[in-house]
Amino acid sequence: MGECPVCAAEVKLAADAIAGELLVCEDCGAELELKNLDPVVLDEAPAAEEDWGQ
Amino acid sequence: MKIGLLHSLIRKEEKLLIAAFKNAGVEPIMIDDRQLIMDFHSAPDVDILVERSINHSRALHALRLFESAGVRCLNSHKVAQICGDKLLTTAALKDNGIAQPESRVAFTEESALTAIEELGYPVVLKPAVGSWGRLLSKINDRDAAETVLEHKTVLGSYHHSIFYIQQYIEKKGRDIRSFVIGDDCIAAIYRSSDHWITNTARGAVASKCEVSAEVAEISLAAAAAVGGGIVAVDLFESDDGLLVNEVNYTMEFRNSIDTTGVDIPQCVASYVIAQVAQ
Repeated sequence: MGECPVCAAEVKLAADAIAGELLVCEDCGAELELKNLDPVVLDEAPAAEEDWGQ
Repeated sequence: MKIGLLHSLIRKEEKLLIAAFKNAGVEPIMIDDRQLIMDFHSAPDVDILVERSINHSRALHALRLFESAGVRCLNSHKVAQICGDKLLTTAALKDNGIAQPESRVAFTEESALTAIEELGYPVVLKPAVGSWGRLLSKINDRDAAETVLEHKTVLGSYHHSIFYIQQYIEKKGRDIRSFVIGDDCIAAIYRSSDHWITNTARGAVASKCEVSAEVAEISLAAAAAVGGGIVAVDLFESDDGLLVNEVNYTMEFRNSIDTTGVDIPQCVASYVIAQVAQ
């Protein structure tokens, strides 16, 4: 369980959560990155960059 | 067996790949490109590197340095270099006689306008390096051409002044994305949209496309033309048959597993493990 850095809601983590994983806060819809698992640290995900994706 | 997985943000694709490797009895070694420091001599101790960075620029440079340190990479630096640049992709497809839309490259506003008028309206102006359908411009007439070219010249960074111009193909609301792993075209989807850009990142809907002999043949040829490995090939259905639009080297497949019934991440994991064993 972590805290959304945008709206402070509780964010549930899946059992197979991995550091670096993208999550969405169910309360405010913010896209978050799971920066660390123990202790749980959540941060806002970086904005899409010009060379992202395929 | 030490399989490195180069990543930055962990998307659904990377989670599925990690699970697939674990199912196959291999715990991948996670290498975060945001923490990576390369010294031009050595690399993290892995038998093979699976590249899954979200940033093309990081992937491209990291692959070069891993290969320089003697690590085999999937996909290779060469494949990333060709697929990451539409000019190089077009040249590789042309060198191998693979059908593709007509295209032109120009380096100034004036020559780009001339090239557009030679091809005939409408055309599509694309950044040579770009993805998810961003900054694509469908240009229907001279007024639009002059406006977009001026904006790109004045507002864009230097690589937006390399004008890649492609003939517009009327694709009747859909294109095909096929998935190639090694010598097999394992699956394909249609990407359908009311918008002329049919990228799922832009809202296009995926549905199953049977891998016909024609789809398999041109997909495998396109994959081989860029150096082979694990790629996704974007195809247009034209009146003259299938045309290759792009080849993607860090393919996204989250919308294509249930749609096709093919366990794409498991296919990738099996292929990578087999490559290490060879």
